Amino acid sequence: MIQPNRPIALGTRGLCKRYDRPAVDHLDLTIYGGEFYSLLGPNGAGKTTTLRMVAGLLRPDAGSIAIDGIDALADPVAAKQITAWLSDEPMIYDKLTPFEYLEFVAGLWRIDAAAAERSANELLDWLGLAPHVHERCEGFSKGMRQKVALAGALVHDPKLIILDEPLTGLDAGSARQVKNVLKERVRAGGTVIMTTHILEVAERMADRIGVIAHGRLIAEGTLDELRHKTGQGATSLEDTFLTLVAEPVAAE
Amino acid sequence: MSSPGTLTWLAGHELRLSWRDWLSLMTAGRRHRARTVTIALIVFAVFMHLLAWPMVGPYAAAAADKATLIVVTGCLLLSWSLLLSQAMESVTRAFYTRSDLDLILASPVSARKVFSVRIARIAGSVALIAMLLASPFINVLAVLGGGQWLAAYGVVAAMGAVAAAFAVALTVALFRMIGPKRTRLIAQIVAAVIGASFVIGLQVVAILSYGSLSRIAPLQSEWLIANAPDAGSIWWWPARAALGDAGALAIVAALSVAILGAAIAAFSVRFGEHATAAAGISNTVVRQHRSRGFRGRSPGSVLRHKEWTLLIRDPWLVSQTLMQILYLLPPALMLWLSFRESGTALVVVVPVIVMAAGQLAGGLAWLSISGEDAPDLVATAPVTARRIVWAKVEAVIGSTAFVFAPLVAALAFASLAAAIVCGVGVLIAAASATHIQLCFRVQAKRSQFRRRQTSSRVATFAEAFSSIGWAGASALVASGSWLALFPALIALGVLAGVRAIAPRNN
Repeated sequence: MIQPNRPIALGTRGLCKRYDRPAVDHLDLTIYGGEFYSLLGPNGAGKTTTLRMVAGLLRPDAGSIAIDGIDALADPVAAKQITAWLSDEPMIYDKLTPFEYLEFVAGLWRIDAAAAERSANELLDWLGLAPHVHERCEGFSKGMRQKVALAGALVHDPKLIILDEPLTGLDAGSARQVKNVLKERVRAGGTVIMTTHILEVAERMADRIGVIAHGRLIAEGTLDELRHKTGQGATSLEDTFLTLVAEPVAAE
Repeated sequence: MSSPGTLTWLAGHELRLSWRDWLSLMTAGRRHRARTVTIALIVFAVFMHLLAWPMVGPYAAAAADKATLIVVTGCLLLSWSLLLSQAMESVTRAFYTRSDLDLILASPVSARKVFSVRIARIAGSVALIAMLLASPFINVLAVLGGGQWLAAYGVVAAMGAVAAAFAVALTVALFRMIGPKRTRLIAQIVAAVIGASFVIGLQVVAILSYGSLSRIAPLQSEWLIANAPDAGSIWWWPARAALGDAGALAIVAALSVAILGAAIAAFSVRFGEHATAAAGISNTVVRQHRSRGFRGRSPGSVLRHKEWTLLIRDPWLVSQTLMQILYLLPPALMLWLSFRESGTALVVVVPVIVMAAGQLAGGLAWLSISGEDAPDLVATAPVTARRIVWAKVEAVIGSTAFVFAPLVAALAFASLAAAIVCGVGVLIAAASATHIQLCFRVQAKRSQFRRRQTSSRVATFAEAFSSIGWAGASALVASGSWLALFPALIALGVLAGVRAIAPRNN
């Protein structure tokens, strides 16, 4: 269990977003610095909407978001300075090389050129992209594109890394590289919040897991705490997850 | 109902896809717009008939003499060059749109059969579009001159079939000569040049011979009438057919079917092979020169630089956006002639340049603002939305200024005042087009550039009217008339209207 006296990297209070029905419904989340937090939930549970609001891509209808103590709604630029966002669909520029892409990101985040270049080379090396650093991204596979996008997310050394299904469509080798890089970031003090449908990834990597359904946080804790909550101590996360998400459905 | 896998079954499938594609193009994917689109099409058809009336009415009673045959043949050739251009576009798109290619080639249906139907579909759609576009002129001629003019529909359909056959042959030849990677770009440039060259060529001849921009003038020259083949020559068969000669129509129709059939027989297998080759080009590696290292730039600077780099590295987009400049050749020629002689035709040149600048800026603004391929990255950057928008506007205006600066500079040699008016007009037209794109921005991929008009027809029309307004105002200012206020006010009204009806979140 993470010590509650650690600084809060992300806190949301009463977060709401409604489309034709509530997508996120008074969501309170607290994620501590240096924590790997996995947000799980069935399709349409509100995971992506939550993360997009935290990343500043969507304006909530109500509630507050604090990133490292910064009110992200009042001062979005300061909050974005220490945040990174990566979705399952890598959005990069086909006509730029990974090197140019990272230079572009460094410029957007106003990172010192020399430091950014060092960091970029390191990341590209870690992610196995060094041989392709001066090739245009248009010929890259999905895995390579996702790794370029991840390097872009990390090149400005963010405190909070928000990832929405980052391992979707990656082969085993690429997924391992991405996971290793993320683990390294958490070890260095960064905070990661990640949604995934690959429960094995959450089971192995997450310090804490939040389960969301119908826009509400229905359970939260370490894997053991969740198992304890469902009363199925010896079962897998998959069984625990399915039991947890089945409860609110049964209650309706 | 036909059995699966037969030619008729495949034709039915292609027909359904074409219909849905057209419907989606017209309604921008919103079914509830169908009624509005139908009304708009009816209004457009009525407008085109009214427009055609004074244009072709005087020729309705024309006899099949040599002078008439020359003019009709010239008009048919002019239309055919546009049809060929359109057919090449369609063929290139069929090569490079992967969509159902994997499914088709993995199925047990013969590839020859599938691609035969696909080529026939292209021919059919080109012929149909041609007939629709020609219908106001043919209908007016038929009403005023008699039913024999309806034979022109047959000629137009035959021209569409022949254009499709030539387009397939040309594109397949390009594939064999320069490979799949370059063919996409070259074929589309060739298509645009073919489409524009005949129009421009006739204008250039008209300027050199008669000092006007009329396309028909060279076809009515005494020299041409004197040196053209006799009225009984086979060269005039298509014109005779269009004028209602049943025998000529039967021959033209039979020839066109034979040419299309030969093209299908000769190229359907290659068409499939080349389409497969085209599908694989995304895996081609393009290596850039090693850059010197990261340069410390501001967010605005990296955004501008990114926009310019993406544009420069995409020759297809460059060709699409700059193709309009081709149409500046005739007025440029007029400028050169007037600079050499009196300088009176400058008033004609200024609005053409301003109009082209507005259209070019509209395209660039769409690419920069709506066609952002990494919207999440830019939106999550610690930069205010205002700064991002400004950087993109600067990139658009900068690019437009870069393209038009040489023309304005050349104009300055002829008349400094006209150049100043033209320069200011270019900037205002570009800024207005960018403003319209900002008001109607939607998230899209750059590759959807050719379909940008369908996302908002209001934006498309507003862009055109704004550019026309500023072009008119510039021309009148250049000629020293205070009447310039009127088109300027119209353009400002268009911008105000756009701002009023733009979606609120923009």
